[in-house]
Amino acid sequence: MIPASFEYRRAGSVEEALGWLSEDPDSTKLLAGGHSLLPLMKLRLATPGVLVDVGRVPGLSYVRDAGDHVAIGALTRHRDLEISEVARASVPLLAHVAGQVGDPQVRHRGTIGGSLAHGDPASDLPAAVLALDATLVADGPRGRREIAADDFFRGFLETALEPDEMLTEIRVRKAPSGWAFQKFNRRAQDWAIVGVAAVLDGDPRVALVNMGSTTLRARGTEEALAAGADPTDAAARAADGLEPSSDLHASAEYRRHLATVLVRRALVEAAATRG
Amino acid sequence: MRVTVTVNGTTETHDVEARMLLVQYLREVRGLTGTNIGCDTTSCGACTVLLDGESVKSCTLLAAQADGEEITTIEGMAAPDGTLHPIQEAFHQHHGLQCGFCTPGMVMAVASLLKEHPDPSEAEVREGLEGNLCRCTGYHNIVQAVLSAAHSGELVP
Ligand SMILES: Cc1cc2nc3c(=O)[nH]c(=O)nc-3n(C[C@H](O)[C@H](O)[C@H](O)COP(=O)(O)OP(=O)(O)OC[C@H]3O[C@@H](n4cnc5c(N)ncnc54)[C@H](O)[C@@H]3O)c2cc1C
Ligand code: FES
Ligand code: FES
Repeated sequence: MIPASFEYRRAGSVEEALGWLSEDPDSTKLLAGGHSLLPLMKLRLATPGVLVDVGRVPGLSYVRDAGDHVAIGALTRHRDLEISEVARASVPLLAHVAGQVGDPQVRHRGTIGGSLAHGDPASDLPAAVLALDATLVADGPRGRREIAADDFFRGFLETALEPDEMLTEIRVRKAPSGWAFQKFNRRAQDWAIVGVAAVLDGDPRVALVNMGSTTLRARGTEEALAAGADPTDAAARAADGLEPSSDLHASAEYRRHLATVLVRRALVEAAATRG
Repeated sequence: MRVTVTVNGTTETHDVEARMLLVQYLREVRGLTGTNIGCDTTSCGACTVLLDGESVKSCTLLAAQADGEEITTIEGMAAPDGTLHPIQEAFHQHHGLQCGFCTPGMVMAVASLLKEHPDPSEAEVREGLEGNLCRCTGYHNIVQAVLSAAHSGELVP
């Protein structure tokens, strides 16, 4: 399968990428790792006229201890996040989740920025950054802005990014303990049928993969935890108010059940990591 | 557009369409047909090659993205005199293939895996090869081959 024709440009800097993007934002797409965009282009579900390859823009691949938070460059590949010492020590959830994405070949190419900007509810990293109460930094022709993860995921393949903006950094709170990630899939290398990222230290936050048209929080569980419920009772409310989809892997009803099971496991596991 | 790619140590420049996939480039432009196209959807790993030493699925990269980079394909594994690479030799010894369709991708994935995990456990081998499907062997002999290659002491990083 060959993508429809497009013009390819390789950007040497964020400024250059933004310049090209602003020429015709609606038919121009950024290409990072290409592991969400190229499959769509091969199926001709995406047919951008111009592809701006940001894959080699220098200075956007890092995981940095920034005092009260950890800063991650948008072009950091899943593999680099997985093995980052800083991530492993301060946000082990993120390093762990990066290691659960797809397979090694996918992790050698895919980037955290691409994963978040793609806005797929079946993706793992969006749930992790939502549970970690992340701030996403976007640059664009109107300057830089910071977007809370809570406001970022808007719908199926839809985020708060404007078509002429580029995600450049992700900032997450440190959570060395009190975390867990549960992913249930039927085949190795696959997306989650349902997944759960939980961070209990501070205000407990529980984010869900594939439980709706976008990455979202298990508000029922969070409320129950805040009110002092034990893991089993809190997990029973994991699917409260949620409407997951049915597909060939699972019915909506099965997903709702799975969410309660996986959230319970995640809460128990997260409590155990506190030692 | 013009792309200059080093494949198995040989650098060439060609005019290609921007939409040309790396696997097409390797097979059709460079004539290296050892790299197979299986699923064409990033699932099976038959198209796995090394990009700067790391395994990637060449059906999901543009040739343009490999411009200026170093690619290693299965053709670059054996020595010029035909002596098999230790990973290939281990697949041979342990019957790690039947029809052989998945084998080029498997060998390249293993090369990358052993670079990252020089002394892998069996579980690490199985997980490390989750991006490569084999419809024939049941994986058992592939895993044995990888463990034996890792412990052969012949692998130069
Ligand atoms: C076989 C396979 C299995 C996978 N399994 C999983 C899985 O289990 N879990 C999971 O979470 N993901 C999975 N993925 C997706 C993978 O994580 C992708 O790498 C990731 O979703 C996209 O990152 P990318 O860098 O490849 O983005 P690209 O494909 O380059 O881009 C994706 C989208 O984001 C936009 N974009 C990219 N970077 C930026 C930026 N910095 N600013 C603004 N917009 C940007 C692009 O324009 C495009 O619209 C899988 C992919 C494959 C092919
Ligand atoms: S052909 Fe590339 S992964 Fe199957
Ligand atoms: S040997 Fe036939 S597919 Fe693996």
